[in-house]
Amino acid sequence: MSTRYTRDQMAQRVAQDIPEGAYVNLGIGLPTKVANYLPPEREVFLHSENGLLGMGPAPAPGEEDEDLINAGKQPVTLLTGGAYFHHADSFAMMRGGHLDICVLGAFQVSHAGDLANWHTGAPDAIPAVGGAMDLAIGAKQVFVMMEHQTKTGESKVVERCTYPLTGIGCVSRLYTDLAVLDVTPAGLRVREMAPGLTLADLQAVTAAPLLPPID
Amino acid sequence: MIDKTCASLERAVADIHDGATVMIGGFGNAGMPSALIDALIAHGARELTIVNNNAGNGDTGLAALIKEKRVRKIVCSFPRQADSWHFDALYRAGDIELELTPQGNLAERIRAAGAGIGGFFTPTGYGTLLAEGKETRVIDGRHYVFETPIHADFALIKALRGDRWGNLVYRKTARNFGPIMAMAAQTTIAQVVEIVPLGELDPEAIVTPGIFVQRVVKEAA
Repeated sequence: MSTRYTRDQMAQRVAQDIPEGAYVNLGIGLPTKVANYLPPEREVFLHSENGLLGMGPAPAPGEEDEDLINAGKQPVTLLTGGAYFHHADSFAMMRGGHLDICVLGAFQVSHAGDLANWHTGAPDAIPAVGGAMDLAIGAKQVFVMMEHQTKTGESKVVERCTYPLTGIGCVSRLYTDLAVLDVTPAGLRVREMAPGLTLADLQAVTAAPLLPPID
Repeated sequence: MIDKTCASLERAVADIHDGATVMIGGFGNAGMPSALIDALIAHGARELTIVNNNAGNGDTGLAALIKEKRVRKIVCSFPRQADSWHFDALYRAGDIELELTPQGNLAERIRAAGAGIGGFFTPTGYGTLLAEGKETRVIDGRHYVFETPIHADFALIKALRGDRWGNLVYRKTARNFGPIMAMAAQTTIAQVVEIVPLGELDPEAIVTPGIFVQRVVKEAA
């Protein structure tokens, strides 16, 4: 019987792969949790698309400032040494390849690293993209965090994305509740699996071919 | 003596005509020039094309302008939010046109207009629905999409302090689209918390030089 990583364990696992000195953008939702697991002694520069570097944690109740928010429009703080800048500069940091890592959520990721995370394509859905496409193609490394399967048990790791694409071949590494997978030129390579899971178990719930871990 | 300060919000927006393209600063409510938007609603201009990152939050500011059905079209990156109900209702009824653009392309298209650039090739959006029908090019082995500048008749922005020459400084993340929208519009109107005497803003710290600003108005009397 295997176990699944919890959402907090996934966040903790991603945090392990963020080194000191990295410039990092954490997407809205699950990726935001990663900040909780960055050890305070490790200096990491968190970027927020709306114009700040050196983003700190949420303020204490009563200390919120409506002019100091993150991409999710939640109140945040600025660390000592942090900076503000305008939107064109903020996205130049992404598109210009200055961010080391971004962490995004996803609906689907393909074995070639294609990402679908902005739109379900449903006819009644109002499309909204925000900064997702800029981040996907801009950061040096794109980490994706998502559940391995949908609520109905379908694999979100696929041969080819059926949802509208955010970016082509842009994902570097995938963290799911079952495994950590690297996108390589040869395909998806298993890096780690949840305790008790075999490669055969993982392949059985994954709709794209998996390469075995390298010892 | 050059004096770009305006005595009232009402006067600041008085020449915004029906059918105008109006950039409105802000990311959500941070940096949104709500006093100018309220004056624009009172002024009554209709059939506006609005450029903003979002499509209104809650019931005030841009959301109120949309609710009053003054907006024919909106150019933005992220319309759908938990509190974008006024936009959602009009969009579903087919009463407002949406041009969706990735946020970085939105910012760069605005900046390009302000800098006199006729368009640019960007990797953002290549191969996606948002690049359909657009010109593409391979440069040094990478795929790019051609994006055009966004010009505006007016920009309504919010800053912290301004002087009579139109120099501006902003506050925290309320800066966002203000500096680039100021560059991209024929007429930029800045709502400020405080108008200060010339020379009081540190020249090393001025974010938007007055050349990009035509009117400065205090947000509250």
